[in-house]
Amino acid sequence: MTLAFRDIRHKLGRFMLTCLGLSLLLGVVLSMIGIYRGIVDDALSLARAPGADLWVVESGTRGPFAEASKMPGDTREMVARIPGIAAAGSMTYQTVETSHRGQGMRLQVVGFEPGRMGGPAAIVEGRAIAIRHGEAVIDRRAGLTVGERLRLGREEVTIVGLTANHVSTGGDPVVFLGLRDAQKIQFLPKPSAYRRDQARGAPPPATDTVNTVVARLEPDTAPEEIARQIGRWKHLGAITQLRQETILVQSVVEKARRQLGLFTAILMVVSAVVISLIIYTMTMDKTREIATLKLIGAPDRTIVGLILQQALAMGMIGFVMGWGLISLVADTFPRRVLLMTEDAALLGVVVALVCIVASGLGVRLALRIDPATALGG
Amino acid sequence: MAALPPLAELTGIAKHFGEGGSRVDALRGVDLTLHPGEVVGLLGPSGSGKSTLLNIIGCVVEPSSGRMVLDGAVVYDGKWSGGDLRRLRLDKIGFIFQFHNLLPFLNSRDNVAVVLELAGAGREAACRRADELLDYLEVGNRARALPAKLSGGEAQRVAIARALANRPRLILADEPTAALDSERAAIVMDLMRKVAVEQSATVLVVTHDEKIFDRFDRILRVRDGRLAS
Repeated sequence: MTLAFRDIRHKLGRFMLTCLGLSLLLGVVLSMIGIYRGIVDDALSLARAPGADLWVVESGTRGPFAEASKMPGDTREMVARIPGIAAAGSMTYQTVETSHRGQGMRLQVVGFEPGRMGGPAAIVEGRAIAIRHGEAVIDRRAGLTVGERLRLGREEVTIVGLTANHVSTGGDPVVFLGLRDAQKIQFLPKPSAYRRDQARGAPPPATDTVNTVVARLEPDTAPEEIARQIGRWKHLGAITQLRQETILVQSVVEKARRQLGLFTAILMVVSAVVISLIIYTMTMDKTREIATLKLIGAPDRTIVGLILQQALAMGMIGFVMGWGLISLVADTFPRRVLLMTEDAALLGVVVALVCIVASGLGVRLALRIDPATALGG
Repeated sequence: MAALPPLAELTGIAKHFGEGGSRVDALRGVDLTLHPGEVVGLLGPSGSGKSTLLNIIGCVVEPSSGRMVLDGAVVYDGKWSGGDLRRLRLDKIGFIFQFHNLLPFLNSRDNVAVVLELAGAGREAACRRADELLDYLEVGNRARALPAKLSGGEAQRVAIARALANRPRLILADEPTAALDSERAAIVMDLMRKVAVEQSATVLVVTHDEKIFDRFDRILRVRDGRLAS
C-alpha cells in the first residue's frame, strides 16, 4: 500500500466526506449529461415511434415537430398510391393542457389511424386502440391507469393501454388517440366561434386535416427518390427519416444541448477548482510530513505520487459515488435522465484528467516545501 | 578515534541570507572536523547560526562559500544536483527531530521501513530490518502502533530507529531531548552513544538542554555565526 493510501486510511472519515461532497458535484454533471441524452432520446422516440421511412408534410415546412404543417386528410391515399410505398398513415401532433384528479397536466396528443402506421411502438400494459373513437393509449409518466377517463378539450377518452418512454421534446407524456378524435381537438373551433361562423354563413369547418403522413417504403427503395417525386406536387414536401431526426436534434434540441453543455462545462470547471483547492489544502496539512520525507531523502516522484494518487483516488471515488447516487435518484427527476455507460466512462476519464491537472497546484506547493522546515529552521 | 579519517570536514563555511542592506551573515568562516564514533554537542543562543550549520552539514542548505567533505566526497562543489543531495542524505545521514516528526499515518515499523524502501530495499527486507531496529531500541512491542498512540519517549526511540535504518555515517539531532524528562533524555543520549560506538557513526546534537551537556565528547559553541570550542 502506498503512502497516499495509508494517509487516506488514516483520515478515512474526512476523506470520504470530501469524496461525498465531490460526488454530489459530479452527480450533477452526470445528471446534466443524462438530461440532455434524455431530451434527445425522447425527441427521437417521438419521431421513431411510427417506424417511418418518409414524412410527407406541407410544402415549405420542416415537418410536424419543427413548425406547423397542415394538409388535406386525403393526402394519405395519394401518397399510398406512389410506387415504392408499402404503407402510409395520417397523423396529427398537438400539445394540450388538461387536468386530471385536480392536477394540471400537459400532454402531447398524437392522432393516428388505428390499424395503420403511426401508433405507439409498444404497449407495456393494457391493449392498443381498437375502435376509432373514445379510446386512448398514454405514456405511464402521465400517472394514469388503464380504465381511467381523461378529458381532452371537448372529448373524453378511456385509457386502454400504457406505453413507456413516449414523451415529447418538452418531456410531456404522449397520448395516442384515434385520428378523428385528435382532429376534433385540434381543428374543431370552440362552440362560440362555431356559432358565430355559422351565423356569418361560413362553410362548416374542415376538420379532415392532418399534420403529416408517414410512409414506409418497399425494400430497396431510395427514400430520396420518393421524396423528390412527392416534392413535384407543389403543395407537399417530403422529409426522410434521417433528415427528420437531424431536424429534431439540430432545431428542436439544439438550444437545450447548448444550455446543458454550458452548464456541464461550468460544473466541470467548478469541480476542477474544488478538487484543486481540496488537494492544495490537503497538501498544506501535510507540510511537515512532506518536509520530513524530503529531508530523509524521498525523491520528488514519491512526493508527487503521494499528491497525485490522493487526487485521483478522490476524483474516482467521488465519481463512482456520484454515478451511484444519480442512478438511484434518476427516476425521481421531472425530466428523463438517461444515464449511458459510455457517457459515464467518458466523464470518468475527464474527471481523472481534471484531477491530474487540478493536483498541479498541490504538487507545486509540495515541491516548494523546504526540507529544512522539518528541522524547524 | 583519531586514527580513523574524519567523517566530515568543513573549511571556511559561510552563509548569508539577503543582499545589500538586508544581508544577514548567519555563518562566518566556520572550520569544523567531525570524527567517527564521537558524540558532539552544538550549543548556541537562538539566531547564533547553529540551525544553519546543521542544515549545511545535513546537505539541506548550500553554503555561500567554503568547502565541505562528507565521508570522502566533496559536497557543494557545483556538481551535486538536488536529487544527488537527497540520495546522499538518504544513504549517509540520519535525522532526529525535537518532536520526532514521525509520519502520523504510518505505524512504528512502517515509519522505519519507509526509509529503507526509499533507498531501494524490498518490503520484506525493510520490515525485517525495521523490526530489528525497534527491538534494538526496545520498542519492538510497539511496532504496530501509530505515532499518536506512542509516549514521547517511545516516539523518540522510533525516530532514532528511523534515523539508523540505512546505517548512516552521520546522525544529526535537533533538540532530541527537549520534549523528554531527565530520565528519558538520559536513555536517548545513551542510545546515541551506543550507536556512535557500535556503528562508528558521528552524532552531532544541537541542544539547549543542560542536563545532557555531560554526555558529549566535546561541545561546540556557535556565537554570531562563528564557532568556538
